Amino acid sequence: MIKKIFSYPIQFVLFVLIQGLVLNNIQLGGTANPYVYILFILWLPIETNKALVMGIAFLLGLSIDVFTDTVGMHASASVFLAFVRPFVLRTLAPRDGYEVNIPPTASGLGWFWFLRYAAIGIFFHHFFLFFVEVFRFSEFFDTMGRILTSTAFSLVLIALAQIFNFNVEEKR
Amino acid sequence: MRNLIAFIRKYSFFFLFLAVEVLAFYLLFSKNHFQRSSFLNSTNEVTGGFYTKYSNFNDYVHLAEVNEALSEENKRLRGRQIQSFERLFGENVYVLDTIFRRKYLYTKAKVVNNSISHQNNHLTLNVGIKNGIERGMGVIGPNGVVGVIKNVSDHYASVVSVLHREAKISVKLKTSQYFGSMQWNGVNYRNTQLIDIPNHVELLKGDTVVTSGYSSIFPEGLSTAVIQSFEVREGENFYDIEMKLLSDFKQLSYVYIVKNNTSTELQELEENREGQND
Repeated sequence: MIKKIFSYPIQFVLFVLIQGLVLNNIQLGGTANPYVYILFILWLPIETNKALVMGIAFLLGLSIDVFTDTVGMHASASVFLAFVRPFVLRTLAPRDGYEVNIPPTASGLGWFWFLRYAAIGIFFHHFFLFFVEVFRFSEFFDTMGRILTSTAFSLVLIALAQIFNFNVEEKR
Repeated sequence: MRNLIAFIRKYSFFFLFLAVEVLAFYLLFSKNHFQRSSFLNSTNEVTGGFYTKYSNFNDYVHLAEVNEALSEENKRLRGRQIQSFERLFGENVYVLDTIFRRKYLYTKAKVVNNSISHQNNHLTLNVGIKNGIERGMGVIGPNGVVGVIKNVSDHYASVVSVLHREAKISVKLKTSQYFGSMQWNGVNYRNTQLIDIPNHVELLKGDTVVTSGYSSIFPEGLSTAVIQSFEVREGENFYDIEMKLLSDFKQLSYVYIVKNNTSTELQELEENREGQND
């Protein structure tokens, strides 16, 4: 358990660096951007205090913002994700609730559950992020298109990250 | 009162969300203030240092393109040297006197971070206050305007790119001298838009658009884009012009920062004029 708690700060730094240095430079067709760093929020244990998740999300978003010169943009979107996360978790809960100490990952709750959970989370985050970025509704469908392509792109990369993590967890 | 407390307690998570979101938006909207303090942006030493390491690594991969662009630029500059001109009339003498004075000074810089995929794109350069860089200076690349310096720290500077929805650059048509503004609509990073050209001007596809020199940030006559297509929407007095940028922002690696020696003089004069009109 203690090992786990220590591993979170390392994960945090890794996600920020990978997002800031590598993924921010990747675009599909010049419009679709993958934002994988939110996987850190998605992976936090289900029982984590909601307010704590929100604080972590704010710091995580702010760290990403430092790399992109957009102070507050990723922070606000990540906080929004932290806000909807409990509702998403509740909606997707199995009939008799979550077992204690089960992580919200594919290895913990299965691929079908994880992909739905990730897709909904990513969509909420990207929706908020892209609309804060353009800050107007006049080009609604343009923005919507970019949100959907980016969501798909992020989901693929997050699934890949989950596959790698899956193997690591299996070996333990 | 008890009801109120109960209400706040019941929805405490929502109120926390609102509070944090307000903080985030406060940061977002007052970012000029915060960014001037140069702490929460990419000009700070930590991320700037990371970006430099990263771009050092990246440089090897792009050496070929950089060489290409530099030799292209050399070719053009060589063509402008006095040696490449021939005297047309017999006994004209070229006298170097005090008619000329230096108006623009250039500093070279390396792009250590660059983005093209957002609506508001920025670059980070590896020069800062210690290299004499100041807020508001212009940045040009081998093929025209790149942007304007926004924030400066000791060793780094961040640039508002031409690919920023709120960046307006004063430009003119090279042939007819009509001036307008170049502003990006956020769609394609190779294209930009020209606005404020009245519809009676004759345009041609492929017309070159150069900097106007009015803003005193950029020297006059810097080729920046070519006209790709244009139309007049019904009932409008101005063209909608689509231009292709000469520089490929995805490949930028070395840029020049333009310092205008006369800019303070010019600004003072123009401010005085505005004062008198009131």
